[in-house]
Amino acid sequence: MSEPVVQVADLVKRYGDVEAVRGIGFEVQPGETFGFLGPNGAGKSTTIKILCTLADPTSGTARVAGYDVQKQRDTVRRNIGLVFQDPTLDTYLTGEQNLRFHADLYGVPKSQFAPRMRQVLEMVNLWDRRQSAVATYSGGMKRRLEIARGLLHAPRVLFLDEPTVGLDPQTRSGIWEYINDLKKREDITIFLTTHYMDEAENCDRIAIIDHGLIVAIDTPENLKASVGKDRVQITTNDDQAAIRELKEQFGLDAAIHEGMVTFNVENGEQFVPRLFADMTLQIRSVSVHRPSLDDVFMSYTGKTIRDAEATAGDRNRAQVMAFRRGR
Amino acid sequence: MAIEVTDQPASQITEAIRVAVPEKGLRQDLRAVSIVWRRELIRFKSDRLRAVTSLIQPVLFLFVLGTGLSSLASHGLPPGIDFRTFMYPGVLAMSVLFTAIFSAASIVWDREFGFLREMLVAPVSRAALVIGKCLGGATVATFQGIVFLALAGAAHVPYDPVLFLTVIGELLLLSFTLTAFGVMMAARIKQIQAFMALTQMLVMPLFFLSGALYPLNHLPAWLTVLTRFDPLTYIVYPMRHAVFVHLSVPPLVTAQLTPALTWFGWAVPVWLSIGMVAVMGAVLLGIAIAEFQKTE
Repeated sequence: MSEPVVQVADLVKRYGDVEAVRGIGFEVQPGETFGFLGPNGAGKSTTIKILCTLADPTSGTARVAGYDVQKQRDTVRRNIGLVFQDPTLDTYLTGEQNLRFHADLYGVPKSQFAPRMRQVLEMVNLWDRRQSAVATYSGGMKRRLEIARGLLHAPRVLFLDEPTVGLDPQTRSGIWEYINDLKKREDITIFLTTHYMDEAENCDRIAIIDHGLIVAIDTPENLKASVGKDRVQITTNDDQAAIRELKEQFGLDAAIHEGMVTFNVENGEQFVPRLFADMTLQIRSVSVHRPSLDDVFMSYTGKTIRDAEATAGDRNRAQVMAFRRGR
Repeated sequence: MAIEVTDQPASQITEAIRVAVPEKGLRQDLRAVSIVWRRELIRFKSDRLRAVTSLIQPVLFLFVLGTGLSSLASHGLPPGIDFRTFMYPGVLAMSVLFTAIFSAASIVWDREFGFLREMLVAPVSRAALVIGKCLGGATVATFQGIVFLALAGAAHVPYDPVLFLTVIGELLLLSFTLTAFGVMMAARIKQIQAFMALTQMLVMPLFFLSGALYPLNHLPAWLTVLTRFDPLTYIVYPMRHAVFVHLSVPPLVTAQLTPALTWFGWAVPVWLSIGMVAVMGAVLLGIAIAEFQKTE
């Protein structure tokens, strides 16, 4: 096996009192699509900022494309492409001018610029719009332009920090088509963060991060298999009584998530008839979910990703945002 | 807008083009300076409104305030000298003051809109980015000054090529120093509102203390001291000197209207006065670069 393209060991990042990353380690192999999955404020963006040389770790080491992110900052920068969750385009300039600016900053040889620009713009279907000011682009087009720009200097690793955040579902799936297409065309490793469970399934491997720690790291299939059980959600007239009854009657630990009584059980579809037969309470609705990454997240962290965002996320994210704005 | 189904691109290039990004070096940094500088020009060109509005203030000062005060001021002036001629160099300096500092404000905008990050993650030295920015600001501000220079005749300032070249050179230096000052502030101040409020607060004192509106001799001690701390003072003096040298007026009048700039009674030569602006520019640039070197 060749040398890992991203190597992280014992990484810690503290912002004042807030410990955004609390000692994580992992490796990413060349050609992999590696996903960082977790709620807002879990430490995903902080980790990516360290890997992109935008922030220094408090302790621990990180190597990208074989170079140390602190000691060989500029070499790392030449070898990575970045697409941030917040836009970083100059909307007064045209798409082409944005790419030219990038090419000059990254020292793309002048003879290679024109064909490479055409290639990356065609890859994201923006070649025809290259002369328009970016201000006239839609949200999805802007994100595509950022992806094209991130690829312009042929980086070895492309970092996508929440590449589809703030886009409508149709545009989101469009972006994924481009990313998957890109993997076929370019010899590149993709490192991305997301808090959308369905998107994480596009990755070869996933690390689940919560409160600054990696709680699980594996392929999407293995992670789902590790959960095994189906997730059942019911609504009743008295949810608290239902939780008690599930415990007494079936020995199941249920809790309220997303406003519904939620529990995990093997072979959920066969369990439902028993549920109706034995429950004294009236059940108003029931749904059964095959394990998804959402359930994986829940089984490792004890909460759904939305719950996690509603509670832990806010304060943490507000802090991180304040720092992010600083740079 | 919906994403259309991926059409196969017209010219299908299957093989990714190998791009060899060179090692960091002076050539790379110069290329970065150049593109950051050119971006300022592109943006200035597309923003005609800014070019027009930043001319309004100096025009108001010269033709409204200047004309209004001339009858009063004429008693203190030698016969045949227009007060507006006296004011002109100072207002000229003012015309670049706004543009230079506001082009530094674009760093605050760039931070707000994320583009600053695109620059800060690039494999080029931060010094190259800051220098490019200052050169860009200096160029657009000087251009603004040149537009105002076209109105020289209205203030009875002769259209003399040597005079113009001298003044343009001085404006360039001033603009660079002022942009460096703005960039230094923009490194620290993250909110555009705060930046605007602060510059508004600074611009008027800089203008009033520069000697743009009155000669800097026979002033009370406290005011004399304050004027010597104003960078604009050191450029208004040589510019006014240049203007009066090119006017056909008796040397006595020139001496009266452009009294020597003094430090504790010692007359500062014109070259040193210009040198002061250059030194201030270099120091401010150095601080600005240091500010942008920091990592989180």
